[in-house]
Amino acid sequence: MAAKDVLGRAGEERAAEYLRGRGYAILDRNWRCDQGEIDIVATVDDALCVVEVKTRRTDLYGHPFEAVDERKRRRLWRLAFAWSAAHPDAARRRRLRLEVVGLVGADAATARLEHLVDLL
Amino acid sequence: MSTARTWAVALTGVDGHMVEVEADFSTQTPDFKIIGLPDKSLGEAVQRVWNACSNAGLDVPRRRLTVNLSPASLPKHGSGFDLSIAVATAAAGGALPPDAIRSTVHIGELGLDGRLRPVPGVLPAVYAAARAGFERVIIPYANAAEAALVPGVEVRAAASLGEVAALHGAEVEVSDVEPVELSAQVTGTPDALDLADVVGQEEAVDALIIAAAGGHHMMLSGPPGAGKTMLARRLPGILPLLDDAEALEVAAIRSLAGEPVLALDPVAPFVAPHHSASSAALVGGGSRVARPGAIVRAHRGVLFLDETPEFQRMALDALRQPLESGRIEVHRAGFTASYPARFQLILAMNPCPCGNYGVRGAECTCPPMAIRRYASRLSGPLRDRIDIDLQVARVAASRATSGERSTTTSAVARGAVLAAREAAAARWRGTPWSVNGEVPGERLRHGTLRLPAAARAPLDRALERGTVTLRAYDRVLRIAWTVADLAGATSPGIEELGRALFLKKGLLA
Repeated sequence: MAAKDVLGRAGEERAAEYLRGRGYAILDRNWRCDQGEIDIVATVDDALCVVEVKTRRTDLYGHPFEAVDERKRRRLWRLAFAWSAAHPDAARRRRLRLEVVGLVGADAATARLEHLVDLL
Repeated sequence: MSTARTWAVALTGVDGHMVEVEADFSTQTPDFKIIGLPDKSLGEAVQRVWNACSNAGLDVPRRRLTVNLSPASLPKHGSGFDLSIAVATAAAGGALPPDAIRSTVHIGELGLDGRLRPVPGVLPAVYAAARAGFERVIIPYANAAEAALVPGVEVRAAASLGEVAALHGAEVEVSDVEPVELSAQVTGTPDALDLADVVGQEEAVDALIIAAAGGHHMMLSGPPGAGKTMLARRLPGILPLLDDAEALEVAAIRSLAGEPVLALDPVAPFVAPHHSASSAALVGGGSRVARPGAIVRAHRGVLFLDETPEFQRMALDALRQPLESGRIEVHRAGFTASYPARFQLILAMNPCPCGNYGVRGAECTCPPMAIRRYASRLSGPLRDRIDIDLQVARVAASRATSGERSTTTSAVARGAVLAAREAAAARWRGTPWSVNGEVPGERLRHGTLRLPAAARAPLDRALERGTVTLRAYDRVLRIAWTVADLAGATSPGIEELGRALFLKKGLLA
């Protein structure tokens, strides 16, 4: 595995940990379909959250949030609906929302973590 | 705290409107939008503000930033909003205390390194802020002298965004940057034009003093080399000095035109556009921003059109509205700008295209048709506004080379003009007019100011004979009153009327 993928995995691990700490129940990790991959699916209160995790060593080449552009958001929404269709029981009567967790730091355990809730 | 507000100024013409600049962060992926009818240069503030903030050490959160310029329906242009946007952004992001910027007006363009660059129109903008009751304005270092001319408002000049942040109490390191200066100064011509330089043109000098005293528009016609331009250039030197309010109006227009303004200049402005000027150059133009034209820059001063018949007829007729109302309105798709334009018009022309018509000892080579066409370039309505029509002859060689100087210096003439203007102002107290040149004719023909029949006799005879029209009759009366004011008489007698008739004799309009 390339170094960036190792960091990415570690970042996802840290994000899942963080979400659990905030009362999220993790339903699914790295769910794949032919349209792409969802990093984390979780529920909190009555919301079904599709979470994208972005980890970067430094923000010299842009903040992780900047990588989640219009095109990426549209794909995430498509994936979110695809997941709901594949798991009708889990998705029923839950409000769907998009979230991004951004991590900046060489070591996922100590990286600076930022969290955006309810993306458009 | 994710919302913050501060203030800036939008200019339409010389009128400033206060604009509230709101910045708000929402939890979305990073984006930066400016709404509220920004133009292209204002839309580009996005990049300048972003880089300036990070280079000034102000942390801007990676969220969606929306900046709203309110009132949203007012079109806004220019880079002068940069500073207010940056400050509101920093405050919304938590890098500045929002209360500190709430009642301060910010004006200035940002460089990518966070330095503040000067913008045009600071003077009218600060003036608008002071009038709207704001107590503190922050402006670029290079505009400091200009902004300090406005009384009743605390003006702080800053060299960089970091310095502004520190002013508001942010804990940032203010690095010592070299402040952006205005581009090299255009040194104004020193006031070396004195009336005493004009030799052998006593009649013309007297007419010039009468024009200055009564605010009369004047036409100088004569062959090339008679000294028409020389005379006209000396008019601002004998006009009364502007008071502070008037000088501020003039400075505001200069600031808007992008000229550096360092102090209030009490000398009336003198604007002499070239005869190839289009009507847009005279009136003011631009598709999004209306820049003041020559007519506006001559506000409170003298507009001198040399070689008047060579101007485009359209351009000349553009003078009619401001001559009538003292204002000029520039209409463009999307906005209307109104500028003050109260000026004294001085026209100069040759008697014919070759310039020798009617000159003793010279031969005119123009066909009669060309002479007529030349004279008819001035439309009737424009001629109607000219009170004094003066024929200027070439000075005889013997006098020109004698080395004598005229005894009438500008200082002496200005004294006489001031005294005459005071007399006129006393007479017109309680009316909308202050100088004789503005007074409508019926006011002088009827009522208490009607002259006795004996004094009017030569003028009445001229009217009966048909050598003057009724309109010219009014103008002769106006000039006669000014001549009387200059002579210290309480009302014009037969002698003053005779002089007035002489000054009006050229054109029978």
